[in-house]
Amino acid sequence: MGELILGLYVFVLATLVGFEVITKVPPTLHTPLMSGANATSGITLIGALLVAGSGIGDRWVTLLAGVAVAMATVNVVGGYLVTDRMLQMFRKD
Amino acid sequence: MPPVALELAYIVSGALFILGLKRLTSPATARSGNGLAAAAMLLAAVATLLDRSIVSWTTVVVALLVGTLIGVLLARLVKMTDMPQLVAIFNGFGGGASALVASAEFLRTTQTGTEPGLLVGITVAIGVLVGTVTFSGSFIAYGKLQGVVTGKPVTWPFQRTLNLLLFLGLVGVAVWMVVGPPDSALLGVLAALAFILGTFLVLPIGGADMPVVVSLLNSYSGLAASAAGFAIGNPLLVLAGALVGAAGLILTQIMCKAMNRSLANVAFGAFGGGGTAAVEDGDRTVRRTSPEEVALLLAYARTVVFVPGYGMAVAQAQHELKKLMDLLRERGVEVTFAIHPVAGRMPGHMNVLLAESDVPYDLLKDMDDANPAFQRTDVTVVVGANDVVNPLAREPDSAIAGMPILDVDHSAHVVIIKRSLSPGFAGLDNPLFYQEGSMMLFMDAKEALGALAREVKEA
Repeated sequence: MGELILGLYVFVLATLVGFEVITKVPPTLHTPLMSGANATSGITLIGALLVAGSGIGDRWVTLLAGVAVAMATVNVVGGYLVTDRMLQMFRKD
Repeated sequence: MPPVALELAYIVSGALFILGLKRLTSPATARSGNGLAAAAMLLAAVATLLDRSIVSWTTVVVALLVGTLIGVLLARLVKMTDMPQLVAIFNGFGGGASALVASAEFLRTTQTGTEPGLLVGITVAIGVLVGTVTFSGSFIAYGKLQGVVTGKPVTWPFQRTLNLLLFLGLVGVAVWMVVGPPDSALLGVLAALAFILGTFLVLPIGGADMPVVVSLLNSYSGLAASAAGFAIGNPLLVLAGALVGAAGLILTQIMCKAMNRSLANVAFGAFGGGGTAAVEDGDRTVRRTSPEEVALLLAYARTVVFVPGYGMAVAQAQHELKKLMDLLRERGVEVTFAIHPVAGRMPGHMNVLLAESDVPYDLLKDMDDANPAFQRTDVTVVVGANDVVNPLAREPDSAIAGMPILDVDHSAHVVIIKRSLSPGFAGLDNPLFYQEGSMMLFMDAKEALGALAREVKEA
């Protein structure tokens, strides 16, 4: 159960940090924030890599985890790139 | 790489995610913030690949290459007007990946002969549930934004009851999966039910409510990643997922507030279906105007405010708007843009489009700043917005009662560029059109703004 408690610590504290850090977002940044946060949710890539690369389990495990790696990579690479593309357009008068 | 080094790399990565997110909340630092978050992701991925536990490379390398290729292509090729669709797709991929990670972990554990513990079972079930709902929900949202699926709310009898039953069924299957003997078939049932639930949850939600849906799904994709992190026992996934969950929830709250509706109302309200729409009858007339007349008004005004809406995005009229802005500013007219928080189909949609056409962001005013200024505005030009400027929102018994609106009717003249008198998304008539001082320019937004620019040049 130690792992669960540790995970819950991280979860609760990270949620609170998230709320604190993002209280005031100017509307101009709503889309980039969402899109950047979205790319960050591709962190599941790490989990996909660990499962896909472990060599444990049958073909199904490899297939599912492999598709997960591909999907998460699309999310991560595409998400950060398109956020950057948006942000470089923003300029002040 | 020794295990300790990997853990340390994860800690650094987690810290960078927080710093990156923080920097994403201010225009001056946002780009570097996004860069920091990307660097954090790269660090975590490289450290994981260098770890000794990765022994089977073919799948990993192929999947990484395919994913990178698709991601780069999508990010480079997408038009800024299609950004809501792309965000929805990426969301769906993230959620789907988390569901797959949780599933694969469950299968892997059962195949090694170990009984997946209660913890793994519960977190796998949550990961599959939230991840799959995010996946199917995001793709329905994509379909609605792209126009493949109708933007109108899709309703059927006993909708809520059915969704509730579906959800209870899901919980039942999940509990069975956790307490019963490990059975991979149950995993499939769980995923299938969650897929249907995601579809059913988004179908009844109409186009104008998309900003709420897109940000809520964003939040879900984070929670799914967190759940996958619990399932495989990886704190970095839990941390980053929770951050995204919080960010998405904050945006969702902002969007709901901007429509004066609760999340439950958006989720189950099937708004815009009609019925409550209070369309008055009577022979009210609107005043039609021409580009020539409007151009003269604009050219000799002191202050002009543009109010863009989804119609501007559909007509791709942001570049014409910028040209008109330049011409007016050359003449010494003070030009600003008033932007409602839910204008468009995702949070900040208008801001991105105007930034694309090179409008400086300090000219874009949010509702709180824009509203007091309308009284001092000579001409307000509404470009493809409707419900967010509808004064019916001030009537206590209208369908959009209490929704904060842009007070465009307080300015001396209001020009509404619109193709026809058709009601907005909420299905409501808009008294603004019939008010004294209002003028209708019945044209496509792009053509109208182009014509205005030509006329202003000659004025």
